[in-house]
Amino acid sequence: MKARRLLAIVLKELRQLRRDKLTFAMIVGIPVMQLVLFGYAINVDVRHLQAVVVNEAETARSRELIAQLEATQVIDVAERAATPGEVEARLRRGAVDLGLVLPADLETRLERGDRPAVQLIVDGADPAVQAAARQLVRFPVPDAEGWTDRVSPVETVNFYNPERRAPLNTVPGLIGVILTMTLVMFTAIALVRERENGNLEMLIATPVTSWELTLGKVLPFVGIGLVQVTVVLGLGQVLFDVPVRGSILDLYLASLVFILASLALGIFLSTLARSQFQAMQMAIFTFLPQILLSGFMFPFAGMPAAARGFAELLPLTHFLRLVRGIMLRDATLLELWPALAALAVFTALMLGVAVSRMHKRLD
Amino acid sequence: MTASAEPTVIRTRGLSKRFGDTLAVDSLELAVARGEVYGFLGPNGSGKSTTLRMLCGLLRPSAGEIEVLGHRLPGEAEALKRRLGYMTQSFSLYRDLSVAENLAFLAAVHELPRREAHKRREALLARYRLERFRHRLAGTLSGGERQRLALAGAVLHRPDLLLLDEPTSAVDPQSRRDFWESLFELADAGTSVLVSTHYMDEAERCTRLAILDRGRLVADDTPRALMAALPGRPLRVEVERPRAARRLLEGTRGVREVAQIGAALRLLVDDDASPEAIAARLHEAGVEARVTPEAPTLEDVFVAATRRRREATA
Repeated sequence: MKARRLLAIVLKELRQLRRDKLTFAMIVGIPVMQLVLFGYAINVDVRHLQAVVVNEAETARSRELIAQLEATQVIDVAERAATPGEVEARLRRGAVDLGLVLPADLETRLERGDRPAVQLIVDGADPAVQAAARQLVRFPVPDAEGWTDRVSPVETVNFYNPERRAPLNTVPGLIGVILTMTLVMFTAIALVRERENGNLEMLIATPVTSWELTLGKVLPFVGIGLVQVTVVLGLGQVLFDVPVRGSILDLYLASLVFILASLALGIFLSTLARSQFQAMQMAIFTFLPQILLSGFMFPFAGMPAAARGFAELLPLTHFLRLVRGIMLRDATLLELWPALAALAVFTALMLGVAVSRMHKRLD
Repeated sequence: MTASAEPTVIRTRGLSKRFGDTLAVDSLELAVARGEVYGFLGPNGSGKSTTLRMLCGLLRPSAGEIEVLGHRLPGEAEALKRRLGYMTQSFSLYRDLSVAENLAFLAAVHELPRREAHKRREALLARYRLERFRHRLAGTLSGGERQRLALAGAVLHRPDLLLLDEPTSAVDPQSRRDFWESLFELADAGTSVLVSTHYMDEAERCTRLAILDRGRLVADDTPRALMAALPGRPLRVEVERPRAARRLLEGTRGVREVAQIGAALRLLVDDDASPEAIAARLHEAGVEARVTPEAPTLEDVFVAATRRRREATA
């Protein structure tokens, strides 16, 4: 390994990257886009569901109850209907998300407490609406005296989100998702490109070793990965007020280890792929289970044992434990050592397999 | 071991390469002397590229021995690479780097001392008329310019041996002439050159020539000796209706090869067949023709060499 040759390859790679406008845009564009998408659009706090209200009671108390429900911001009263039958028609049309029926004997039901006082009619096919309905059911049914004082603010209803605010949990996870998504693909493609474009045939006839070539092509991506981490952290702070409760140094160290794991995976894929397109397909193939099973999309604890076992093999699972621990719970790297060790083992394993498959020849 | 101590820069014994069921190179015996511009002539698929790739360590032979510049392959490939220049068939420098950046990259890869790298780069840019294109991306150059850049890249580290795989396949005739001038210039300076081609005029310029056909060496000598040793003699037949005459001659005893060249026919006949005999044969069939002897060309040699093998295996 010669430093000068390695440097020459790094320099060449950076020059090519600078001229590859699309890839360059993706490096910054993907983090920004994903952060905004996951932060705003894919918000697990369902709010402002459009409701049609049937108030058959028409008492001061019933009107107050509706106003209180509306104050939670979970529902907006979009329409009023005279009978429960009209609710169904509106639901079927998709005009509203749910119906709220307050029967004529509301006062009696509330006082006797033997039957549900308020009926919610929801589109059960939509899990988001169902989740919201569950929240509304836990809405404290008022007693005769002073029930309005005990109405909880909407935040407390958020029982599927232990950290309470979605972006708080999503942004740390996004660091991992973005790094996996971009780095694995970029490395695999960059390494295969040399072969597909015929440059490798020229390079093989020079004193460059496979290690110099691989490292030289991959090193720029370590820097790029750290830039992406910074972008997500900065934007997460500005847009969603996501704090870093633990040590920032620990956070970058954990990210660095995860970046190395992703690059190792990319290098391994490049030894399998015959074309840049294949490399991309393989990268997507490894990306999907990571995003679905790592605990980023669905709570890890809720998955069946087999899926959990498989998820333990994925680097993103371990990185999520590291990054959430450091950012949200002020944990130190030392406390989280099993996840760190898992990432190190994964990296070593991938590189080992890749090296055994790499050789500086065409056949 | 140094290059000057070896009269032979390339030697192969029983060199073979098999891809699946196909034998791309079949027990090749090759000896290339120092300072030669040695040509590899053969049709597409004759094993030229595969042989070149084995000679520079890109492919491992299935069988046989290779010794290049005193290094045995594939074992000593890395030591050889410092003394070897290789120009690939298709342009293999970086299209998204400029001319100067490509050369700078290669200089660093070959670990040329920085001062020397700079001087060498400027000298090559001047020699190969690339100064104007210094900052142009290699991908935007024309075929001839790209080829000059590729040659500059291949000789940057002053190799003792230069291997070129059909270097002129994508360039115009004028660029081809210039290119061959550069090759002789390099040979004069002591570089041994091995170049593959399928152009006859290029093959004729080589100091020595190997003809390959379906992986086998079917001829190996100087172009002049090959032409002198041509079995049979070429004749020129000037005739009113060449296509009819051709049909007539194709079945005739003693006629090995008939080809139409413009309005005339060119024959390759057995040594004992005279022009008069051919004219008489045509006369019998009612065709009047003027038959004259011609000088053998390399194309005759090539056709004869590849045809003999085809007949032997058929």
